[in-house]
Amino acid sequence: MATIVGGLAVSHVPAIGNAIANHREGEPYWKPFFDGFPAARAWLDRVKPDLAVVLYNDHGLNFFLDKLPTFAVGAAPEYCNADEGWGLPVLAPFAGDRDLSWHIIEHLVAQEFDLTTCQEMLVDHAFCIPMELFWPQGAPPPAVPVAINTVQHPLPSPRRCFRLGQAIGRAIETYDKDLKVVVIATGGLSHQLEGERAGFINRDFDQMCLEALATDPSPLTALSSLDLVEQAGSQGVELLMWIAMRGAMTGQVSRVHQHYHIPISNTAAALLVLENTPVA
Amino acid sequence: MTTRAEALGVFDGAMAQRGYGLNKMCFSFNEAANREAFLADEEAYERRFGLTDAQRRAVADRDVLALLAEGGNIYYLAKLAGILGLNVQDLGAQQTGVTVEAFKAKLLAAGA
Repeated sequence: MATIVGGLAVSHVPAIGNAIANHREGEPYWKPFFDGFPAARAWLDRVKPDLAVVLYNDHGLNFFLDKLPTFAVGAAPEYCNADEGWGLPVLAPFAGDRDLSWHIIEHLVAQEFDLTTCQEMLVDHAFCIPMELFWPQGAPPPAVPVAINTVQHPLPSPRRCFRLGQAIGRAIETYDKDLKVVVIATGGLSHQLEGERAGFINRDFDQMCLEALATDPSPLTALSSLDLVEQAGSQGVELLMWIAMRGAMTGQVSRVHQHYHIPISNTAAALLVLENTPVA
Repeated sequence: MTTRAEALGVFDGAMAQRGYGLNKMCFSFNEAANREAFLADEEAYERRFGLTDAQRRAVADRDVLALLAEGGNIYYLAKLAGILGLNVQDLGAQQTGVTVEAFKAKLLAAGA
């Protein structure tokens, strides 16, 4: 059976992609952010995942408001990046794993999650930048992208996203191949791009979230999506992916590494590495 | 009665209806040829997506708060901003009525 080695969660601010493309990691503005990653890469070198499930939100590359799924699971042989309209370099395609995709889809629908399945799916910066950050030499493991709607309200609740993560975790554990899987969440932490509250950052709330994700996530699943908007900003609601990732940690969870830096662009940028040890 | 979603200014069903054409135009800017067509003739391009007078005025004025009020979604508006050479600090400064330098200083102060 497959095992879940752990979870990674990281911000996906587009400017990070430009910083990588332009080799600016060592500059004073960027260094405090990039300094968080060697520890995460060292953990990945140790656990060596064979596959990744990536929970992210599409920002208007693959999905438009004409058809906008709450939860969408990729089932493609590969996932292409594409022009998002504001100058990020387009990355090479990412390998998928259709066997794991369909196993997860079968399991989730049996668990009463009514999904959209995507045999073609463009992946935007929210998928690509974390792959670049965690595997800077290229060659990330084959991935199954899972997109959660954070664009158009009503959004799924934190509890629903946690349960989605739990169901993904159980799906992985019942996958009949001896493979190691890492679950990656992207987005957050607190930030808001629009309106009179543009530039809103909430360090105290972010710190509470990081602590809850590492120890007891119940304070987060008690919140509504609008609570998240209020406390973390309208894009800080991307915490939904972090909460879903935590749900997929089915065993003993230990915090391997955490990093927090304000600001990257308009965002409180964070990184969390959780190790999952199966309970015998 | 104002709902909590309205009070928080989130992009909900009502906004998604109001902004549909505007957001659809911005979604089209994923393609370079469409960005060029917009820049070549903004009004003609806007007509293809049925923008309202208020939306066309907000685009012409580069007025982010007005674009949001007319149903623009920030993720899609970011693609329009990209064409206009504006980043999210430029947008933040405009929306909060401060200079870009002051907006960036506020972000740095949040991390101090």
